[in-house]
Amino acid sequence: MSALSELYERIVADFPILQRQVHGRPLVYLDSAASSLTPRPVVAALVDFYEQHRANVHRGLHQLSAEATDLFEGSRDRIARFLHAPRREQIVFTRGCTSAINLVAQAWARPRLGPGDVVVLSELEHHANLVSWQIVCRQTGAKLRYLPLTAEGHWDLTELARVIRDDVKVVAVAHISNVLGGLNPVEAVVAQAHRVGAVCLVDAAQSVGHLPVDVQALGADFVCFSSHKMCGPTGLGVLYGKLERLEAMEPLEGGGDMIVHVDWEESTWNQVPYKFEAGTPPIAEAIGLRAACDYLDELGLATIREHTQALTEAAVLALEELPGVKVMGPKQGRVGPVAFTVEGVHPHDVATILDGEGVAVRAGHHCAQPLHARLGIPATARASFYLTNRASDVDRLVAAVTTVQKVFGHVR
Amino acid sequence: MFADLYQAIILEHYRNPSNVGLVEDGLQARNSHPSCGDKVLLSLRLDGQRISEAKFLGEGCSISQASLSMMTEAVTGQTVDEVKAVYQAFRRMLYGEEPNEELLGDMVALHGVSKFPARVPCATLGWETLALLLQLDDGSVGDDPSDQPCG
Ligand SMILES: Cc1ncc(COP(=O)(O)O)c(C=O)c1O
Repeated sequence: MSALSELYERIVADFPILQRQVHGRPLVYLDSAASSLTPRPVVAALVDFYEQHRANVHRGLHQLSAEATDLFEGSRDRIARFLHAPRREQIVFTRGCTSAINLVAQAWARPRLGPGDVVVLSELEHHANLVSWQIVCRQTGAKLRYLPLTAEGHWDLTELARVIRDDVKVVAVAHISNVLGGLNPVEAVVAQAHRVGAVCLVDAAQSVGHLPVDVQALGADFVCFSSHKMCGPTGLGVLYGKLERLEAMEPLEGGGDMIVHVDWEESTWNQVPYKFEAGTPPIAEAIGLRAACDYLDELGLATIREHTQALTEAAVLALEELPGVKVMGPKQGRVGPVAFTVEGVHPHDVATILDGEGVAVRAGHHCAQPLHARLGIPATARASFYLTNRASDVDRLVAAVTTVQKVFGHVR
Repeated sequence: MFADLYQAIILEHYRNPSNVGLVEDGLQARNSHPSCGDKVLLSLRLDGQRISEAKFLGEGCSISQASLSMMTEAVTGQTVDEVKAVYQAFRRMLYGEEPNEELLGDMVALHGVSKFPARVPCATLGWETLALLLQLDDGSVGDDPSDQPCG
């Protein structure tokens, strides 16, 4: 029993959605890797902003605008602290993890890449950290190269020096795969990237808010993630960057807030991070994310990780005991996602029947089509765990998968 | 709840599909739903206005594969005009209308799919492929119900 299991009563009180019935059964939400549920304190922060402080930021001289600006900028401070970032200016608000990655691809990489240059990704990347780089490569003539996976679904670190060598300018890898669930040894990749003079981006969409992440210890030049996967509101992402990198980047979008002075022909940019935040930012969302950081810190990120990892690994073991069920990826060191197949049953059929049992999972390629090609299957069903789950959810999952096999007469 | 969806006849067609294969030198069309991996190669022989043979090679969920199996059974021996009437009846059923049993036969088992919007594209994959091949869609029954992102 993890420390968080003892807090389950409190978790249920904080997440009223957990008391919902779905198709007449109590909900078991196993889709946090797609989007996590929202606790009351985050909703309360949104309501408080909208009901009491609602105004635009950075623009008005009136009281409400000053309050909104304080709340919004206070969120930047809070998120910097959450990530152990040295300075608040290193936190850029974006529309999501996807836009944060695209910002780096377009504003950092595009002007610096050319034919002969290489961008390194790993074989387990989400489309967000794959297609963005394909686009830059097409624009610049640079090439992609992949860090391969071992049979168990780990990065093959024996290939590190061959893959990340002198022609590499950018390395972009996931901290945790949204399919395989293993915690990747990104520090080794960051070190190798820096050895050859490349910059390194870490896609931390599945790790920030799920375990302690210290961006200084990671050492990456850029770290990207989404608010909605860590109990925060939708529509907001964060780009953390090393200050000298951010300062060296040109803005991608022009508009209000990102300028100091605008003339008929030319303008001068505002400082970091504002030069990347053209237009009205996601104000309420940032304020909500601040409340999410408070909430997660109060429960304790190490505790959350221990809890999630225990459930994830228990689910892997229990599913693999069922005949014909195969789990993708490593058995150990997993935090969150568990992608699996049921022999003779398409993942969409698995997900539909699980839904009928009140168990919410995702099915498909989970925005990781090349990874599925590598695994030799078009699609999987995926259960993913987080602080909103408990041990009995694993039992409900296993029982529902057994029902799938019954409905399909365990076809072979 | 899934009893509506996974009727015995659907699972039977999924396990033992009819008309799997390729009509050599026939009309052919490929179709897929990239996001879920459902795929089909549909082929048929037209003798004048009559379909004398229809076969498919497919990959995917029980709904898409059973639908293909039932469809190829239903259209074999029918004229293009007759098939068009069945196609329209099938689409109406997936919009939630009461199915026309006379026209649809076993395919009424797929009526339950209309309650699962995410699964409608699975059921229509085969029919939309046939509609492309025979130009069945005259716009009389609304938009293609499978025209939505899936997966
Ligand atoms: C590993 C990973 N990277 C990136 C993303 C993209 O996040 P978003 O869709 O919030 O921009 C996701 C979300 O699915 C993810 O799991």
